[in-house]
Amino acid sequence: MEILMEYGKAFLIGGIICAIGQVLIDYTKLSPARILVLFVVLGVVLSGIGWYQPLVDFAGAGATVPLSGFGHMLAKGVKEAVVEDGLIGAFTGGLTATSAGIAAAIVFGLVIALIFKPGDKS
Amino acid sequence: MSLRLSQNTIILNTSPSIASYASIVGKKEGEGPLGKHFDFVNDDNTFGESTWEKSESRLQKDTVSKAISKANLVPADIDFIFAGDLLNQCVGTTFGLRELEIPFIGLYGACSTMAESIAMAGIFIDNDVAINAAAVTSSHFCSAEKQFRFPLEYGGQRTPTSQWTATASGAVVINKKNAPPFIRAVTIGKIMDLGVVDVNNMGAAMAPAAHYTIGKHLADTGKSPDDFDLILTGDLGLVGSDLLIDLLNRDGTDISENHNDCGLMLYDLDEQDVHAGGSGCGCSASVLCGYILDQIRDGILSDVLFVATGALMSPTTVEQGESIPGIAHAIHISGKSE
Amino acid sequence: MAVDKIEYDKMMKKASPNSKAYINIPLAFIIGGLICVLGQFLMTSYEKLGISTYFSGTVASITLIFLSALLTGLNLYDNIAKHGGAGTLVPITGFANAVVAPALEFKAEGLILGLGAKLFTIAGPVIVYGVTASVIYGIIIYIFKLV
Repeated sequence: MEILMEYGKAFLIGGIICAIGQVLIDYTKLSPARILVLFVVLGVVLSGIGWYQPLVDFAGAGATVPLSGFGHMLAKGVKEAVVEDGLIGAFTGGLTATSAGIAAAIVFGLVIALIFKPGDKS
Repeated sequence: MSLRLSQNTIILNTSPSIASYASIVGKKEGEGPLGKHFDFVNDDNTFGESTWEKSESRLQKDTVSKAISKANLVPADIDFIFAGDLLNQCVGTTFGLRELEIPFIGLYGACSTMAESIAMAGIFIDNDVAINAAAVTSSHFCSAEKQFRFPLEYGGQRTPTSQWTATASGAVVINKKNAPPFIRAVTIGKIMDLGVVDVNNMGAAMAPAAHYTIGKHLADTGKSPDDFDLILTGDLGLVGSDLLIDLLNRDGTDISENHNDCGLMLYDLDEQDVHAGGSGCGCSASVLCGYILDQIRDGILSDVLFVATGALMSPTTVEQGESIPGIAHAIHISGKSE
Repeated sequence: MAVDKIEYDKMMKKASPNSKAYINIPLAFIIGGLICVLGQFLMTSYEKLGISTYFSGTVASITLIFLSALLTGLNLYDNIAKHGGAGTLVPITGFANAVVAPALEFKAEGLILGLGAKLFTIAGPVIVYGVTASVIYGIIIYIFKLV
């Protein structure tokens, strides 16, 4: 039962975050690239003012999987690194915390692009 | 010899003939309502080539070769070829035509290129500076998407006003064969820009150009819309067609009864998920060369005003927030020589 | 009668159909929600397999990135995204798709200046502005001793 609640919360919050993105697509002139930038920067800001962590505690993957969660990871990493190492942490923390995702995207991007052929659309 | 009727309009007094014409399209276009009218439908949109740019070059070369052979000619018989496409530096055209060794005049009119190239070829023939002249253009969905929008595999959503770039090519050979279809007059449009910045609404960006050119042609020749069986615009799609009819209505010109648009004819808008219709140089080229010219040759249509429209932006100007200028050229094609 | 830009803008807005937001938004909600549920499922599963809570989220993200990259290579992700809209754009899978798609498409221009250089044409700004925002945040909390 508890596990179902977890999935439910992830679905709800993740869905709402994506729906906000769709509202921006349909009702503003913002291009997808701008919306993604907006979400990441918003994730950093919300995490900075302490609002994002409660959302992660509540919704788990529902808050970490959307790109705002990527921003949250950046901010969280910076915060921890500043505590540990001082000012240099402002520069090392973000990419350290998100390194796995970025490295995965680069490596899988490269490998998949090497293996597959560009496809047509219909 | 050609007669200058006004700054824009030239009457081709000897009525050059479109001696032959050919069209080749891709799979989606072949599945559309005009599918059976094209010379060839290729289900493989790579056209057997390794890059989309080569695919488009191949498509254009095959189409012009087909048109030349249908006129019982060989490339060496063609004095000039007028051609262009959508790719940077018109490489679809130059790489496609380089092996044909025909004196080449490259044109860029975006999706208006078919009308532009027919106008030029017609004027050359009318003035006896060429015996046979060819006009060809093409577009390829994949090479155009790659250059103007996003990579094909990128998951983006298209807006309802966006248009689908046709994988298609059309070619004509023009000479004085004295058989229909005849080219009677051309009206060269001017660049019109009413400030549309939405690159996903190109029909709206081009409609003012079509409005100007059609209005100008009618005024210069003293004709009314009823003198034409069909006023065929290039690829305004749903939105642009509505706007064109509205703009002309404000001048007291009603074309709603005899207007159609290549972008609306090439695809089944309800079934084929092309949103506001087709676009691309190959859209109007293939509709003209696949369907309309047959109808004129067979006497089903007598007088057609073919008005191909182009949007003259580049990805760079779009990113810089510039508005989208439009252009349209009109060709009066007729079943009668006078 | 000449139409000016302001008048034409009005005509254009009237003639242009709007996006079907009443379909798009629920679809984005459902598909985006489902991707997050998959992420949650992966996290829970990895924890059951003995991966620490600290790393399970990271491994789940890597898995989602891999799945998205694979679906992009198989030409399936764009077909899902056509319906999913922001539901497939906003999750980390959309980021992966934005990396793989140009890499695949521009492979024709070579492995270095094609694939390698174009890999981040769409997703690059996310890292540029995300990292910059986080560095600014770090400097602020350092200077004002907020931690």
